[in-house]
Amino acid sequence: MKKKYFLNANIVDPFNSIEEIGGLIIGENGKIEAAGKKVNNNNIPSREKYTDLKGKYIFPGIVDMRVFVGEPGYEYKENFRTLSKAALSGGVTSVVTMPNTNPVIDNVSIVDFLKRRGRDKSKINIYPTASLTKNTEGKNMTEFGLLQNKGIIGFTDGTKTIQNTRLMSRIMKSAYDLDSLIMQHAEDFELAKDGVVNDGIISTKLGLQGISDLAEKIIIERDLTLLEDYNCRYHISQISSSKSVEVIKQRKQKVDFSCGVSINNLSLNENDVGDFRTFLKLSPPLRTEDDRLALIKAINNDLINVIVSDHKPEDEESKRLTFYQSGTGATGVETLLPLALELFHNESIKLSKIIASMTCNPAKILKINKGNLNIGNDADFCIVDLYKPWILKKENLQSKSKNTSIDDKKLQGLITNTFVKGEELFKI
Amino acid sequence: MASTKAIKISKKHLLGIQDLNISDVKFILSEAKQFIQLNRSKNKKTDILRGKTQINLFFEPSTRTQSSFELAGKRLGADVMSMNIVNSAIKKGETLIDTAMTLNAMHPDIIVIRHQDSGACNLLSQKVNCAVINAGDGRREHPTQALLDALTILDRKKKIEGLKIAICGDILHSRVARSNIYLLNMLGANLNIVAPTNLMPKDISKLGVNVFSNMKDGLKECDIVMMLRLQNERMTSSFISSNREYYEYYGLTPDKLEYAKKDALIMHPGPMNRGIEIDTKLADDINKSVIKEQVELGVAVRMACLKIFCE
Repeated sequence: MKKKYFLNANIVDPFNSIEEIGGLIIGENGKIEAAGKKVNNNNIPSREKYTDLKGKYIFPGIVDMRVFVGEPGYEYKENFRTLSKAALSGGVTSVVTMPNTNPVIDNVSIVDFLKRRGRDKSKINIYPTASLTKNTEGKNMTEFGLLQNKGIIGFTDGTKTIQNTRLMSRIMKSAYDLDSLIMQHAEDFELAKDGVVNDGIISTKLGLQGISDLAEKIIIERDLTLLEDYNCRYHISQISSSKSVEVIKQRKQKVDFSCGVSINNLSLNENDVGDFRTFLKLSPPLRTEDDRLALIKAINNDLINVIVSDHKPEDEESKRLTFYQSGTGATGVETLLPLALELFHNESIKLSKIIASMTCNPAKILKINKGNLNIGNDADFCIVDLYKPWILKKENLQSKSKNTSIDDKKLQGLITNTFVKGEELFKI
Repeated sequence: MASTKAIKISKKHLLGIQDLNISDVKFILSEAKQFIQLNRSKNKKTDILRGKTQINLFFEPSTRTQSSFELAGKRLGADVMSMNIVNSAIKKGETLIDTAMTLNAMHPDIIVIRHQDSGACNLLSQKVNCAVINAGDGRREHPTQALLDALTILDRKKKIEGLKIAICGDILHSRVARSNIYLLNMLGANLNIVAPTNLMPKDISKLGVNVFSNMKDGLKECDIVMMLRLQNERMTSSFISSNREYYEYYGLTPDKLEYAKKDALIMHPGPMNRGIEIDTKLADDINKSVIKEQVELGVAVRMACLKIFCE
């Protein structure tokens, strides 16, 4: 690989508290040699060609902590090859994949398959999770230690929640012993049963079963209470309501944990469901505008650490049904960054904070050396034309499934190039 | 005909009262009035919809609504086909959209649909070329029921504006309640919603109604007491402790009716659970109950809707 030089870019690297105009030098080995304002014309041998990025931005490659891939079992929704293409077009260079496949990622032998497929078919960094319980049935724990040894980064039942409190306490104790990361989808199953939208005026008007925000709050309160005694690495996958934010605020002083939010819950609210738009049937559901604003505030106050895409590809057929019958979730890995940049443009959140919540913050929780522009680290980064307006068309999406929550949305901030290990794998 | 329709109704489909404006509603009700006399006369047949095809697509069991729509179509001279869902391809796994496309290819002029899922009629209306009439979707809307209720009230009380109307019972699962809230609100009634909190939809007060969890306060000074059926088939878990306790607190009995005005009328969309939400003698009291009249006027309202929405 030839050495690469980039100059005059706005470099945003929250891990190193860098937000300045400067350059980036990538070595022949695909590692970062230098980054920041120190890099200018004088550092470059006169015979070398460089790329002038005047007006453009360089961010560390995005780390998306919640992505569903269809392999194995649902390849018709998304496979590693299409996921990789979709991620790269969105500036995402690392993804944490959910274990809700068929079969479920719950034993050592399937991890080998997963890693092989991930390595052969995708060009991004894949960090697979395994389920907390066998077949995500919420009954028996999986082998955290053995799975971790095989390269599993964390444990979650993905779309499901551990309902049994005794089991949850035992999971935490094991996770403490083995230094395992537990990621909980917080939803009391019985309270949320049959629910498809937020419980409120919209569910009443549409005549749909609502999901109370208490269903989320109760599980968070329970888990954080357990955590006081069994202090393991614990992460709440996504929260959706102001009530949950309140709990997190109260408990932050007492216990150590982290928390994520879906970009959907930061950008949309329950009114967007409109006339039964099944593409906006999400879990957790879109809630009120007050909830959305509380979530934004929670990011600004460091109560929420991570923004995820909650990328959940569903084929057209499973969305062409009545709202009750249709599948849950939306694709999002390739729109995560552009949609998050909307929060910068409308002055909700500072740019460095947005980027941190999708780069170094998830990396810290996952204990991986990603999401930064450290010297000697893999050159995973993206180049963004931050003020460029464009319109999202679902037919242009790279993901195998086109169930985006923001079709036809006007966005500002276009990802023009994405690099992994110094190699340019996406160019618009 | 087509040109008058274009002026008088603002929507292509009748999916819910929410979509209608007040002139739409008044137009439908005035058309319906004209059919009341026809239905009471000896020769009930007209040829207003001759040559038109009406398909009834009922995914949920129904006696009065389905027969009412069928009769309404036939009295207007339309060719009426009622799909038998049990024997249809839907049982073989065909989706609603595919069923809609199949029926659409047969060039119907109007489809009447009842479905257990809220919003099913909206989905259907996006996929077919003809008009769609909602005969009840999940717990969302049942517009023709609300229209016939309004017509019944107008017939008896000569007005709706200013009346105090209580809607009582299983509001949570009731599309009838929702459609009536929109319609009677639009027509200027003062609405009391009475239900145990377990059967009250969240934030319903935002629809502009007064919310009560006991009959005494909820029925006070009411001109109309509309009782709803306890929809046991939609209840997946415990909402009430028992039918007898429900009857004790929320069933309409002569002594509870005392809270309402002396000349208050009793309504019920049917089918009734006698002895659960309503005292059986009260239901049959011809001086107080207009339940049979509701059924009668239902045909007239559906004739009006078919006529107006069928191009």
